[in-house]
Amino acid sequence: MSTKICVVGGGSGGTIVANRLAEKLRPELESGKAEVTVLNETSHQLYKPATLYMAFGKSEISEVKRPVRDLLDPRVDFRQEKAVRLDPDSKELQLKSGETCSYDYLVLTTGSKLDMAEIPGLKEAGHHFYGPEGSEELREELAKFNSGHLVVSVIGVPHMCPVAPLEFSFLADDWFRRRGIREDVEITYTYPINSVFGFDTIANWAEARMRERDINIETLFNVEEIDPDGKVIKTVEGSEMDFDLLVAIPPHKGDELINSADLGDGEWVETDKNTLEATRAEDVYAIGDAADVPTSKAGSVAHYESSVVADRIASLARGRTPSAIYEGKTICFIDGVDGNKATFLQFKYGEEPEVPQESKLLHWAKHSYNEAYWLTAKGLL
Amino acid sequence: MAEKNYEPDLVVDSRDSTCPGPLMDLIGKVKGAESGKVLELKTTDKGSKDDVPDWLDKAGHELLEVVDRGDYWSLYVRKS
Repeated sequence: MSTKICVVGGGSGGTIVANRLAEKLRPELESGKAEVTVLNETSHQLYKPATLYMAFGKSEISEVKRPVRDLLDPRVDFRQEKAVRLDPDSKELQLKSGETCSYDYLVLTTGSKLDMAEIPGLKEAGHHFYGPEGSEELREELAKFNSGHLVVSVIGVPHMCPVAPLEFSFLADDWFRRRGIREDVEITYTYPINSVFGFDTIANWAEARMRERDINIETLFNVEEIDPDGKVIKTVEGSEMDFDLLVAIPPHKGDELINSADLGDGEWVETDKNTLEATRAEDVYAIGDAADVPTSKAGSVAHYESSVVADRIASLARGRTPSAIYEGKTICFIDGVDGNKATFLQFKYGEEPEVPQESKLLHWAKHSYNEAYWLTAKGLL
Repeated sequence: MAEKNYEPDLVVDSRDSTCPGPLMDLIGKVKGAESGKVLELKTTDKGSKDDVPDWLDKAGHELLEVVDRGDYWSLYVRKS
């Protein structure tokens, strides 16, 4: 009997875990003793970090997406289907097309979605860079913006790529300087806690650079609603802030599939932080944004988690005891300081990252990786 | 100071969640709670232990007590 491994989601985590499984279980796949299927609603994978640069006209959508099928090992089956319901007891997925898909092992890599409706007025008045449509619209707004108050407001936490709002603020500062209009643009960055970031080391580094560049900082700032006509942000704390252009980091939510199977209290899968197994279901794993593990919702997390999950499932499929564990390894760049400098972070669970001096070399390392990313998606890098 | 035995109307268990998770969890629950209700936030994050009182002060809610449970802290909060 064939071991059925199903991966829901064709983003970074989905293609990497499927390709690693194809590599580890090559004899089983070729002899029909195992099968790996990837389900994804859309035909293409988007390299999400690039949408930050799209807002400044530095990248095009056509350059940052690839067909999922082309990223997968030929031995992996790809179905462009949306899974709408999960029954962990019968180990079965209900698909939007009406078909069902049974599994022995399930990997959920369903990512994050924006929830603009959670904050009244946000959809009408706010812009964002967390997707190609949002970035295209924001590019037009930024191109027309010659003076006034730009507010970069982190509303939803957790959110994808935690350092992206810092990067956007630095890039915007540089971009207005290059256009010769920085003195006509006031920039304010807001964050929900009493700091500009969750880690003290990063917060201290970023705050010093914001102050040097005349970027205003407002902390303990939790947006409750937005008045689109008056262009006013109203907070839970009772304060108000006027804006001319609002770039928001919207609230995020997980896939409905997670709620349908009661896999977590909120929108994320309750997940063992080391084995990456869903704690409320047998033989279900969660990777990337979908998992509630205590680290960033970042692509590198999905990358490293994928190797662990592939190793564990391959062991189980061969009747062995799995031993690979995820220790929270996370890496990321913070790009955009002065437009052409970046720093690089790496840390594990419980560690506070050190922040090296930003440099042009690290900026070009980041941009080189942006080009090389597709090798990661294929499981090669 | 002797610990009081507050009976929370709502418990927000954010143990193992890292900053800013615990404060964000608390804010979400405070928004939905009725005035006068007592909430208990359980957190293992030292930064949140300091951030929460700052936020309560700014938002106008009352910090009743912080209890060190050994492997986590309990912060008792009354919504104004």
